[in-house]
Amino acid sequence: MTFWLVLTVNSITFGGLLFLLSAGFSLIFGLMRIPNLTHGSLFMLGAYFGATFIGSWRGLTVDFWIAALLAALLVAVFGAVLERFLLLQLPGQQMAQVLVTLGVSFMVADFCLMIWGGDPINVATPPSLAGFVRTSVVVFPLYRLAVIIIAVIIAVALWMLLDRTRLGAMIRAGVDDPDMARVVGIRVSQLFTIVFALGAGLAAFAGIIGAPILSVYPGLDQDMLPLALVVVILGGSGSLLGSFVGSIIVGFIYNFGQALFPELAYFVLFLPMLLVLIVRPQGLFGRFVP
Amino acid sequence: MTPRRIVLVAAALGLLTLPYWISGIYYINVASQILFFAIFALGLNVIAGYGGLVSLGHAALFGVSAYAVAYLLQAGFGHIAAIVGALVIGVAAMAIYAGLSLRSTGIGFIMITLALGEIVWGLAYRWISVTNGDNGINVHGRPSPFGLELGSAGAFYYVTLIVFAISVLAVWIFVRSPLGAALMGTRDQPRRMNALGYHVWAIRFWACLFSGLLTSVAGVLFVYYTQFISPQTLALTSSAEVLLMVISGGAGTLLGPIVGAALVVIVKSVVSGFIERWNMLLGAIFVAIVILMPEGLVPGSARLWRLAFGRRRKDGAQA
Repeated sequence: MTFWLVLTVNSITFGGLLFLLSAGFSLIFGLMRIPNLTHGSLFMLGAYFGATFIGSWRGLTVDFWIAALLAALLVAVFGAVLERFLLLQLPGQQMAQVLVTLGVSFMVADFCLMIWGGDPINVATPPSLAGFVRTSVVVFPLYRLAVIIIAVIIAVALWMLLDRTRLGAMIRAGVDDPDMARVVGIRVSQLFTIVFALGAGLAAFAGIIGAPILSVYPGLDQDMLPLALVVVILGGSGSLLGSFVGSIIVGFIYNFGQALFPELAYFVLFLPMLLVLIVRPQGLFGRFVP
Repeated sequence: MTPRRIVLVAAALGLLTLPYWISGIYYINVASQILFFAIFALGLNVIAGYGGLVSLGHAALFGVSAYAVAYLLQAGFGHIAAIVGALVIGVAAMAIYAGLSLRSTGIGFIMITLALGEIVWGLAYRWISVTNGDNGINVHGRPSPFGLELGSAGAFYYVTLIVFAISVLAVWIFVRSPLGAALMGTRDQPRRMNALGYHVWAIRFWACLFSGLLTSVAGVLFVYYTQFISPQTLALTSSAEVLLMVISGGAGTLLGPIVGAALVVIVKSVVSGFIERWNMLLGAIFVAIVILMPEGLVPGSARLWRLAFGRRRKDGAQA
C-alpha cells in the first residue's frame, strides 16, 4: 500500500514538472509549428542558472524562489532573442529550424559543460519546505507536494491567461488559424516572440523547481526533451488541457514503468504515444494533425 | 571540362590514392569513418532530401543492423550470413518504421520518427538481459572477402570506398529513375501527384526501404569498423548528427550529404583534438550555415561560385 501511494505521489509530482516543461513546448509547436529542439536545453539552462544564483552573493542571500524567478526571466530573455534573431527568419522551413534549434542546443550543452563542469550539482530543497508530511501509513517529502501545488497554480494561471485575457484570445486565434489571425490585424510575429519567451521561461522555471528532485547534470536536456515530446503528442499540440493530461499520464507511466518493469521502462513510456498516433493522430485534445 | 567535373575527378582520384598521401593510420581511419557516415547520410537524404520526410530517428535503424551483426556473429553464424541477415533485419525494421511514421508528414513525421528512435534506443539501453545495456556487445574479427584480410586500416578503407562508390552510384541511378522523379514530385506537390494517379504512400514507402537499405549497409560497416556496438550509437544525438550532415551539406543533392558527413566527422574527430570546445564550434557552424547558406554547403557554394565566376546560366543548381 505504502509503495503504491509513494509511487502515485511521485508520479503526480513528476507530471507537474513535465507540465511546466511541456506547456510552452506545446504552445510553441501549436502556434508557430516549430519543432523546438532547444526546449530540453532551456530546461537545463534554467536549472544551472538557478543552482548558481541560490546562496549568498556579495552579502545578499538569494532565496530559492528568487533564484528560480531570476533564472526563468533570464532564460525567457534568451528565448526571445533566439526567436527574434534566428527562428523568425525561417518561417515554414522545417529543415532550417531543425538545424538551428539543434545547433543552439549543442552550443548550450557545451556552454553548460564549460561553465559548470561535468559533475552533477545537487540543489538543496528550500529550507521552508525541507520537512515531511506524516500520515498514518506513509511519509512524504513536503517539497514534492509543494511542486504539485505550484504546477496546479501555474496551470490555472496559464488557463486564465489563455482563456480570459485579450492576449490569450489572440494566441488561441493564432493557434487555430494563423493566416486568418493576421488578416484580422493580430500581429502574429509579436505573439510568436511572447509565446516563445513564455515557453522558455516556464521550461527554465521547471528546471530549477525540479533540480532538488532530479539534480542538475550534463545530458539533462537530452533526458527531458523526449519526455516533453511524448506529452505533446499524447495531449495534442497547442492545447493546454492536453499538456496537463498528457503530463500526468506520462508522469504515471514513467514512474510506474521504472518501478515495475525497469528493463522495458522506455518502451512502456513510448508505447501509448504510438497508440495515440495510430488511433488519434492529433492527440487526445489536439485540434489539428501536425 | 566544367569546373564541377574537374572537382569531382580530383575528389575521386584523391579518395583512390588516399592511403598513399595521408600519413598515419589514424587519418586513414578517419577517412573510413567519413565514407560510411556518408553512406548513412546518403540513405537519410533519400527520404529527407528527395522525399521531404525528415527523420530524426534514423540512428535507430543504423543501430538495429549493427546490433543484428553482433548478435548473428555471437550466435555462431559466419560473416556472410551475419551481413545478409543484418541487411534483411535493417530493411524489415525500416518497413515497420515507415508503416508507422508515414501516417504523417512534415513536423508530425519528425516527431514520430524521433519517438520511434527513442523506443529502440530505450530497448537497447535498458533491456540489459538481451542487449547487455551500456556495456554493449563486442564483435570479434572482420570478414575477409576473397581471402583479403581487413584487419589493417588501409584494406578496410578500400572496402569501404568500394561500398561507398556503389552506394553513390545507386543513389544517382535512383534519383534519375522514374521512382526518384515521382518521389520528388510527392515532396513538392503531394496533392497533384495523387490527382495524377500516383500512389503517394507507396512511393514514399519504397523510398523509405531504399533509405533503410543504405542505412543498414552503413550500420554493418560501422560495426565492423568499431568492432563494438552500444546504445550510444542509437541515441538521439546520433540521429541528430546524421540529419545535420544531410542538411548542412545540402539536402536533396547527391554531394551534399557526403560533404556534410566529412564536415561533421572531421570536426568531431580531428578538430576536437585541437579545440576543446568542438561541440560549441559544431553548433556555431550549423547556425552559421542556416544564416549564410540556408540551402546547404554544396548548393550554397555552387551559388557563390556562379556569382563570382559564372556566365549566366539558366539551369539551376543540379548538384
